[in-house]
Amino acid sequence: MHLSTVAWITLLAPLVAASLILLVTRTNRLAASGLAILAALVALAGGWTLFLKHAEGVFHGFNWIDFGKDFSIPFAVALDPLSCTMLVVVTTISPLVFIYSIGYMREEEGYWRFFAGLALFLFSMLGIVLAANLVMMFIFWELVGVSSYILIGHYYGKDSAADAAKQAFLVNRIGDFGFMLGILLFWVATGTFDFTGVNGSAELFKAHPTMLAVACVLIFCGTVGKSAQFPLHVWLPNSMEGPTPVSSLLHAATMVAAGVYLLARIFPILSVSPDASEIVAWTGAITALGAGILATQQDDIKGILAYSTISQLGYMVTGAGLAISAALPMFHLFTHAFFKCLLFLTAGSVIVAMHHEQNIWEMGGLRKKMPVTFVTYLCGMLALSGCYFFSGHYSKDLIMACAWEHHRGIFWFVVVAAALTPFYMTRQALVVFFGKPRSEHAEHAHESPLVMIVPLILLAIPAVCAGYAPVEQYFFHAVGSLAEPEVPHFVDLVFGAAFFIGILGAIVIYRGAPAKDPVRIPAFHNRFYIDDFYFWIVRVIQGGFAKLCSFVDRWFIDGLLVRGSATVVWTIGFALRFLQLGNIQAYALFFAAGVVGLLYLLLTIR
Amino acid sequence: MTPTLANYLIASGLLFSVGLAGVLLRRSIIIIYMSLELMLSAANLSLVAFSRYGLVSGHQNFDAQVLVFFIITVAAAEVAVGLAIIVSLFRARQTTHVEDLDTLKF
Repeated sequence: MHLSTVAWITLLAPLVAASLILLVTRTNRLAASGLAILAALVALAGGWTLFLKHAEGVFHGFNWIDFGKDFSIPFAVALDPLSCTMLVVVTTISPLVFIYSIGYMREEEGYWRFFAGLALFLFSMLGIVLAANLVMMFIFWELVGVSSYILIGHYYGKDSAADAAKQAFLVNRIGDFGFMLGILLFWVATGTFDFTGVNGSAELFKAHPTMLAVACVLIFCGTVGKSAQFPLHVWLPNSMEGPTPVSSLLHAATMVAAGVYLLARIFPILSVSPDASEIVAWTGAITALGAGILATQQDDIKGILAYSTISQLGYMVTGAGLAISAALPMFHLFTHAFFKCLLFLTAGSVIVAMHHEQNIWEMGGLRKKMPVTFVTYLCGMLALSGCYFFSGHYSKDLIMACAWEHHRGIFWFVVVAAALTPFYMTRQALVVFFGKPRSEHAEHAHESPLVMIVPLILLAIPAVCAGYAPVEQYFFHAVGSLAEPEVPHFVDLVFGAAFFIGILGAIVIYRGAPAKDPVRIPAFHNRFYIDDFYFWIVRVIQGGFAKLCSFVDRWFIDGLLVRGSATVVWTIGFALRFLQLGNIQAYALFFAAGVVGLLYLLLTIR
Repeated sequence: MTPTLANYLIASGLLFSVGLAGVLLRRSIIIIYMSLELMLSAANLSLVAFSRYGLVSGHQNFDAQVLVFFIITVAAAEVAVGLAIIVSLFRARQTTHVEDLDTLKF
């Protein structure tokens, strides 16, 4: 079988599964989960085959949009080390989350709908990974947006879930608008949508560095939306309204990382523009620090993880802005995908045990009741915090070194964020797993079923090992250089110190697992009031505009134009009706007078 | 003395004026109707007169006289319809006075 066939099967299997579930098997629970998992396993086999065979090249499927040679967009898959590595991440995590969902969604309604949504998501995500040109990527980009909308709004009967789904979709739309403009700008400048063409166009932009910077920043807008960077990050914490497997797969491991993947895809051209790179790096750094601060004061077990995801995505984006090769952000994406997926799945396990209570201050003492969940959680948590010998340490360390090398200001941002990560993760661990149960549900919690635990164990392995040098070499040697820049010993020390300060700080404040949060900072707890600010903007600006429109409509369109013209006609008619005497001889007189008048005019006026 | 075109036209004008005065001033709808016919005849008279005196390259033009026959024919048909209307109007309203027939005012 030719490798391009493998790629097409990998891409289309989830679509077939989604269609079959939605159109044929419908409410059949067994068929729904079976088909989705089968498709995920097919994708897994396909993804690994492509990776192991070092598949390379662009394979045309068909001409999708064709207006002659100036404007034609083929539906094609691009295989190279970058897409193959990303393929491995997506296809490895997906089946585990799918299997876990059997356990998590066991008692939920809309089970089949959920699996159809997951399969549709997997198809869209694979489309992003395999896309050979910007337009194709944009279409699949929107498709993951749609599947994200469907899955966040799974409990659509709940207002908060429906609102969160809408918000996620609309906020992404803002970023995608920039993305689309960026695509068009690149097309105007280079005449191509292909990644190879766009990335090879540095020469064309030599005389127009500003145009290149603008185009790159516009493309980056797509990343800001999808990867929840400041200031469009607000949708991600709210997206936690979706079922936890969705949060895990879409809003932690894969979909939100698509923005970083996009940056890696256009990295050769992005790195040509220092201005665009600096904007990217600063956006990432501000996001990493801001989200890290907010994570310290959240109460929702998934909310903390959501902010930590935003923070880690900030790291990746910073990496993309500072790195010398696309391998750097992709390496952190790679390790983060495993440990963050694991963390969300453990959180889901806790949530199921707690009968869907998500407030950490209702939990406590779960360490002994849920030992497997606890141990796997620890693996994920230490990896996220950047503990030595865990995967997160290696990728974060590289980003730190890179930041020190290229930009000292950004370095201090990410260092503080690196100290906050262990702090809020330790806080969460202490409150959830240690101390005494704080509620009835926590008292009676018990370990989750096997179908949920096995994926946790399987994910814990890469969460620990994904950063080791042989693994890194194996997956990234072809993507690009990951050589650590020469940095003073001091940088490593600062990074290590940040980790220990974070952990010790949390232990000092939260030791003994108090019943209530001993520290309460309203600004952090309320997300810097950014959400309120956006709400205010919507209310004042959009509301004001709506009022203006209503005024114009009511008084100008309706009042002046519609009713005004009617009034004029009515008034004239009212005046004229006094001429209708009803006497036939009067009419005859008018008529005769009219004729005489006309004759007079005709005869006198020359 | 042979009559000239002007004599015919004056006669036609007088006839027309009498008809118009009848239409405007008389009350009975029958008389008004007769006056209308008078105006029609005035038009016919002037047509015939123009035909008699208007020479086209030395020959008489009979087009207008043919037209008069058409007018007389149409007028006959019109009288049939008009009188029928007046009869049914009388049946409905028991009057032929136009002052009483003012239902169409506002």
